[in-house]
Amino acid sequence: MGKVGRYGEYGGQYIPETVMNAVHELEEAYDRYKNDPEFKAELAELYRTYAGRPSLLYYADKMTKDLGGCKIYLKREDLNHTGAHKINNVLGQLLLAKKMGKKRIIAETGAGQHGVATATVCALMGLQCCVYMGSTDVERQSLNVYRMKLLGSEVVSVDSGTATLKDAINEAFRDWTTNIETTFYCIGSAVGPHPYPEMVRDFQKVIGEEIRAQLMEREGKLPDCVVACVGGGSNSIGTFYDFINESSVRLIGAEAAGLGIDTDKHAATISKGTTGIFHGMKSVFLQDEFGQIAPVYSISAGLDYPGIGPEHAQLWKTGRAEYVAITDEEAVQAFEYLSRTEGIIPAIESSHAVAAALKIAPTMGKDQIMVINISGRGDKDVYSVARYRGVHLEN
Amino acid sequence: MNRIDNCFEQLKAQGRKALIAFITAGDPDLDTTEKTVLKMYDCGADIIELGVPFSDPVAEGVTIQKASIRSLKGGTNLNKIFDTVVKIREQTDKPLMLMMYINTIFGYGTERFFRNCQIAGIDGVIVPDVPYEERDETQEYAEKYGIITVNLVAPTSHDRIKEIASHSKGFLYCVSSTGVTGVRSDYSTDFDEFFGLIKENASCPYAVGFGISGPEQAKKMSSYCDGVIIGSAIVGIMEEHGANSEKPVGEFITSVRTALDSD
Repeated sequence: MGKVGRYGEYGGQYIPETVMNAVHELEEAYDRYKNDPEFKAELAELYRTYAGRPSLLYYADKMTKDLGGCKIYLKREDLNHTGAHKINNVLGQLLLAKKMGKKRIIAETGAGQHGVATATVCALMGLQCCVYMGSTDVERQSLNVYRMKLLGSEVVSVDSGTATLKDAINEAFRDWTTNIETTFYCIGSAVGPHPYPEMVRDFQKVIGEEIRAQLMEREGKLPDCVVACVGGGSNSIGTFYDFINESSVRLIGAEAAGLGIDTDKHAATISKGTTGIFHGMKSVFLQDEFGQIAPVYSISAGLDYPGIGPEHAQLWKTGRAEYVAITDEEAVQAFEYLSRTEGIIPAIESSHAVAAALKIAPTMGKDQIMVINISGRGDKDVYSVARYRGVHLEN
Repeated sequence: MNRIDNCFEQLKAQGRKALIAFITAGDPDLDTTEKTVLKMYDCGADIIELGVPFSDPVAEGVTIQKASIRSLKGGTNLNKIFDTVVKIREQTDKPLMLMMYINTIFGYGTERFFRNCQIAGIDGVIVPDVPYEERDETQEYAEKYGIITVNLVAPTSHDRIKEIASHSKGFLYCVSSTGVTGVRSDYSTDFDEFFGLIKENASCPYAVGFGISGPEQAKKMSSYCDGVIIGSAIVGIMEEHGANSEKPVGEFITSVRTALDSD
């Protein structure tokens, strides 16, 4: 009975005793199946035939010329089935849940993308699905709420705390503690107690692996820089992971600065956070001097989280990855920029990565290559961006 | 000897069961906490756990969640709670514990926290989100300052019970059933099997908590172990009566005490 799942000092399993055995069962099942050829083949087949992988690596010619710096490629996770990278992880976890004989699936969701992906795969695999979502997010992502219901999932609106992603996780966790013997908790980001951060990363690392292969084919070399947005950090760790040991590749995470990191309305964990222990893991969190978790804010429901996955905390601490904070305004401008420049409407989450790229790309050489992970598509955000711009749409 | 060990030893000599009561510190304010704690001791509570409010209490049901919010809204923090503990300690020598989430210890500074526990007169802490495997998080400083950290076991612990129970101090906290805190009308746990394993392995007294609503259930559950822990039922009374909780909480404690001591 020893410590497991550490990234330097970060990670661990800080969870109530009631769920320890279930987490150990999950750990054992994951360790057993992750290298099982049959499991891997089944998952690869689902990725190919259901999710639509490999996702495109698109050369953004107009953007490259417009910015005048490095060559820019977009990794099109927005083209996956359900419109975001979330499906990669959900297919992996729910295939595992089926192997474990679990029939009831719970999940939390912020923007609704993970909830939609979970509801989708539950429909595919014939599993019962219950998604927890903060009531603030239910309101700003009503389209996704309807999608989940359409797919046969129950959606529970969570009013406690700040009524956003962290509170949805709290409530999902309480459900799990209650129904631990029958229920599989499908966590959507690279957060939580071990083995979740590792497992979610492993199911998302296909993003970076494909970037490497696709770029080698196109350019015959590695990227100089990869950029992805960071909330809990699943699409970014999936983008970064294959390049961690390639010291020539800059890893850049874009976190949500909301109204600005010098206001109290942001979700910039790395910029303003401190080490803490929450949601099962030791990592970096936004909190006060007494360890109370801070209310956070971002225009992006998917980045509206007061912590970050433990592996990111370690990548930051060791200096391997850089993290930049992007405001709502910068993200909305990037949302509009990519729409007009390349005809691609990115999710407001992914727009944070685009905004970081807009700042960094012009400083890089013309012979250099940047890959931006477009983690999701922006249809779901059209209403909130319109509202941000003062345009009233009939809902 | 630690006050908790001493308490269980005396109770054992008298053939009685421990009544362990929980309230959230600072609900609705710390003056009420002080008065209510002293009243509960007077009415027969043996050990009191003060809950340190946390913004995100994932192991709690709605009743204690709401109490945490009320307390935090009133400006409660750990320094103020220690001040209240000092005042309580001037008036009683009964065991007093803190129940809290690890981030409220870690954020405060783990050594500073346990040193202040010793100075203020806290005897033990219960940290529901630090399982046995992560005990190093608190162990070193808890031992240095002579504070007991309570281990927990649950019906889902199965083969973990042996090791956890055999390495316990103060008392072993036996979680009655799966789920979060809050009163339950019934349990599905096989208590004979659960407490059988615990009895075989426990290195200290053991008490049961989670879901105990009143005297009858307390009496019934006490037959399995050395004490019962009641939280949400008391916090529910405080939700109703606020700053005037002293009397109704006292009456409730008396009723449980009477039931526990009855034949």
